[in-house]
This record gives sequence, C-alpha cells and structure tokens, in this order.
Amino acid sequence: MKMHKDTLSLFLLFCTYSAIFIVVCIFTILIGYILFKGIPALQWQNFSPTYNSVNVSMLPAIINTIFIVFASLLLSTPIGVFGAIYLVEYAKKNSKFLMLINLMTETLSGIPSIVFGLFGYLLFVVFFGFGYSFFSGVLTLSIMILPLIIKTTQEALMSVPVGYKEGSFALGIGKLKTIFYIILPSSLSGIISGIILSTGRIIGESAALIYTSGTLAQIFQSGFDSGRSLSVHMYALLSEGLYINQAYGAASILLVVVILLNLLSTLSIKYFTKGRTCKS
Amino acid sequence: MLDLKEKLAHGMFLFCACICIICVALICIFLFANGIPAIKEIGLFDFLFGVNWAPLDEEFGIFPMIIGSIYVTAGAIFFGVIFGVLCAIFLSKFCPLYLNKILNPIIHLMAGIPSIVYGFFGLVVIVPLVQYYFGTSGKGILSASLLLGIMILPTIISISKTAIDSVPTNYYEGALALGITHERSVFFILLPAAKSGILTSIILGIGRAIGETMAVVMIAGNQAIIPQSILDGTRTLTANIVLEMGYATDLHRNALLGTAVVLFVFILMINISFSLICRRKS
Repeated sequence: MKMHKDTLSLFLLFCTYSAIFIVVCIFTILIGYILFKGIPALQWQNFSPTYNSVNVSMLPAIINTIFIVFASLLLSTPIGVFGAIYLVEYAKKNSKFLMLINLMTETLSGIPSIVFGLFGYLLFVVFFGFGYSFFSGVLTLSIMILPLIIKTTQEALMSVPVGYKEGSFALGIGKLKTIFYIILPSSLSGIISGIILSTGRIIGESAALIYTSGTLAQIFQSGFDSGRSLSVHMYALLSEGLYINQAYGAASILLVVVILLNLLSTLSIKYFTKGRTCKS
Repeated sequence: MLDLKEKLAHGMFLFCACICIICVALICIFLFANGIPAIKEIGLFDFLFGVNWAPLDEEFGIFPMIIGSIYVTAGAIFFGVIFGVLCAIFLSKFCPLYLNKILNPIIHLMAGIPSIVYGFFGLVVIVPLVQYYFGTSGKGILSASLLLGIMILPTIISISKTAIDSVPTNYYEGALALGITHERSVFFILLPAAKSGILTSIILGIGRAIGETMAVVMIAGNQAIIPQSILDGTRTLTANIVLEMGYATDLHRNALLGTAVVLFVFILMINISFSLICRRKS
C-alpha cells in the first residue's frame, strides 16, 4: 500500500536527497578536478632522480615516502598487534587497567598531527639529538599510527569465533600456540586492512613530518639524513607558490595512491573472508 | 620450559600494550615541560587573553587564535553536521542496496584523502568561489569552515549512521503502526533516539576540526587579529604553530610550544567529554 505523503514528509525527503546529492557532487568535483588538472601536469622531468628548481622532481619524495611507510609499519605493527593480543586475550574484562589502556589509545588517536610533530621535534630531534632525520620522522609516525593498528587488530581478534579457541584448548594446545596458529591467522584480514589504512595515513601525513624529518629535497642517504615525503613535498611546492602545476601533479599521485589503497583494503577483506568460509 | 615461554610472551604482550600509556605520558611531559615555562614567563592571563601577537615586540597573546579556532570549528560543525546527519539518515534508511554499495566506499575514501590535498582543493576551488561571490580575498573563516565541514563529513556520517542503525526497529515499526509516514518516523522517532551517538560524532568532528592544520593554513588567511565578520581572515592555534615554528627562537619558540599546550588541553578536554558520553551510554 502506498501511503499518501504530506508536505513535511516530502520536505524531509527532499532534504536528505539533496544533502547526499551535494556531498557526492563535492566529492566528485574534488577528485575529478585534481585528476583532470594533475595528470596532464605530470611530465617525465618530474620523475628525474634529483631535485632542482628546473625539474622540481618528485621522485626523491616518492622514494622517501616508501622508506618511511615501510620503516614505520615495521616498527608499529608488531607493537600494535602484540598490544591488541594482550588487551583481547590476556587482560581481565572490565578491569581498570583495560579501561586505562583503551582511554589512552583513544586519547592518542585524537591528538592532532601538529602536536605529534612538535612532540617528535622535542623528543627525537632535540632531546635525543637525532636532528631533522629519517629516524625522527619514522619514530614519530609509528607512535601516530599505533592506536589505529591496535584498534583494528582488537576488533579483528574479537570477531574470531570463540569456538576456534576452545577447540584448540580442548586439543591441549598452549595459549601462545593457539594465538599464533589459530587466532592470528583467522583475524588476518582485519589486521591487514588496518595496516593498509595506516599506510594511507602515513602517506598523507605532512604536519608531523615537517618538524621531524625536515623538508630537504633529497633521498635519504642514511638514517640521520633529512628528507621530505610526498605530502611534505606538496606543501613545500605550495608555500613556494611557484610550482602550482607540479602541486597538481603531486596531488593527483597522492589521490591515486589513496584510491588504490582503499581498493586494496576492500579486496583483502573480501579475499580473506572468502578463504575462511571455504575452509569451514 | 614451555611455561617460561608463555610467561615471557605474556610479559612482552603486556609491555606492548603499555606503550600507548608511555607515549601519552611522554607527549604530556615533553609538551608541558617546554611550553609551561614560556606561559609562566609571559603570564597565563596575558598569554591566554592578550589580543596582540607581535613576536618582535615580545608580545604573545593568543586570544585571536583561540577565537579563530572556535569560529572556524563552529562553522565546520554547522556545515558538517547538517550535511553529515542528513547523509547518514539517507544511507541508513532511504538508500537502496545497490546505491549503498557505491556510496559506502566513497565515504571511506573521503576519510582517507590527505589533508594537504583537501587544502589544495580549498585553495584552487573554494577560495576563488568565495572571492567571486563576496568580493573579498577569498581566504577567511567562511572558506575554512566550508572546507573543514567537508573534511569532517566522513567522521560524522559513519558514526551517525552506526547510531541510527542501532536504534531498535520496533521504535520505527511502532511509529509506522500509528500511521506516521516513513520520513516523519525516521526524523522524529529514530533521530532523537540516536542522539547520543550523533553527539559523539559531533564531538569527534570538533576534535578533528580543531586539530586540522595543513588545510586551514592554506585558506584561512592567517591574520593574527580577532575577525570582525565571517569573510575576514583568521588564524587558528594550529596555523600559528606551523607558520612561525620554522624560524622562531628563544621565547618566541617557547610561546609557540605554549600554543601547542593550549591546543593539547583543548583536545584532552574534548576526549574526556567524549569518553564520558560513551561511558554514560553503556
């Protein structure tokens, strides 16, 4: 039965439809405009191995970004995953300690990146004397993505059916082996999508890197060298104001990478969940 | 032997879990230890409520920046909440399944776009638009609010949607049984029932908007004065830090760290109210 709609209902319907329409429009304009202007702006000279004011190459920045992503993930993933294992498998439910850690994780994830930048500057650059360097940047970013990894891993671990664990215990397998051979493999999809999300976060980060790894346009030669990531590179281009086309180029590359990472994360979840349902 | 291994692993897991606490403590210690002395030297009242920011004359009043942050955040919440909540309602109650499959990834993707790209978009699209329609320089509270409103949309949409989804269906069915239309029952029954979840999303949005740096620096205009109208340029707390940290020395540098302390305290207050609301809910 089709109900007759009064004016107010029609108005509310109109509001919701126009809101979603406007949001999708803005988003399409954002992506479309930057890719439309950015992809033609990419030229071979933007990818030469060294940076100077003639070619404004972003290749060093891209290579630096890859280094930073790998090092930060390498540092942060084991700590985050192990921490989440403790929270889910070992800590007592509703204990004060569990509440404290959850509160601190939330706090850490709410701290703005500029505060992370200043903290990294004070602790790693000044206090430990690393200077503007790869190490300072990576350490700061690892702390920044830690809450994200903990949260996603925690959710992934909690969604593992209790039966898996009970079955393993019933066979007399120890807790540690159960965790590493039963629980971790079956929560892999959640953990991997957390890692992919963190990758996106690291690639997009600029405020926290400016004061830790610095803005020098060169490939890291050693751990104590300064270097800029692609986002920082884009910020530097914009603040110099001369290279708007190159900024379009860098922005389009950032966008394409983020879109690809998003696809990858959806695909990984699909892939792993499919594998699991087949096995069971 | 096996027992020892289990104990070692237990200890290691515990240590990793504690790293979050250590990090928050370190951030507090280093930020406060470096920022508080400067605030003391300037004077807490002069620092928080001084209206002049003139590093060369040793005048460090961050009141204009506090006002700027509040204005920009309020504007962002205004745009972000209206559109965000309406979108959440659409996705939760009006959206056909096939459209949901397209829109959900889009919302996800919006959350992943780097803030520097958003800022760039603001600079090349929003600023010229505002310039054209209002005849100002285009950089100011209005542009920054619009852009930040867009940036907090994914947060507001996804959390509000979860809140609306989790309202028991018998509320809705009861309303329908009384002869109310679908739209009215969604707006007048489900929405009030989901209000604590929506409030949570607003609080998280406020935190996101206050802390946003790179995008705001590009389009807020950055004048360190108290703005008189919505089209005036303004400088936020975060922008103040990014703009001057590169060359600041001595007291100036420490005053900027003091700015970060104020920002950090704001964020902590927001986080605490967030977790209080969450606790009350459960």
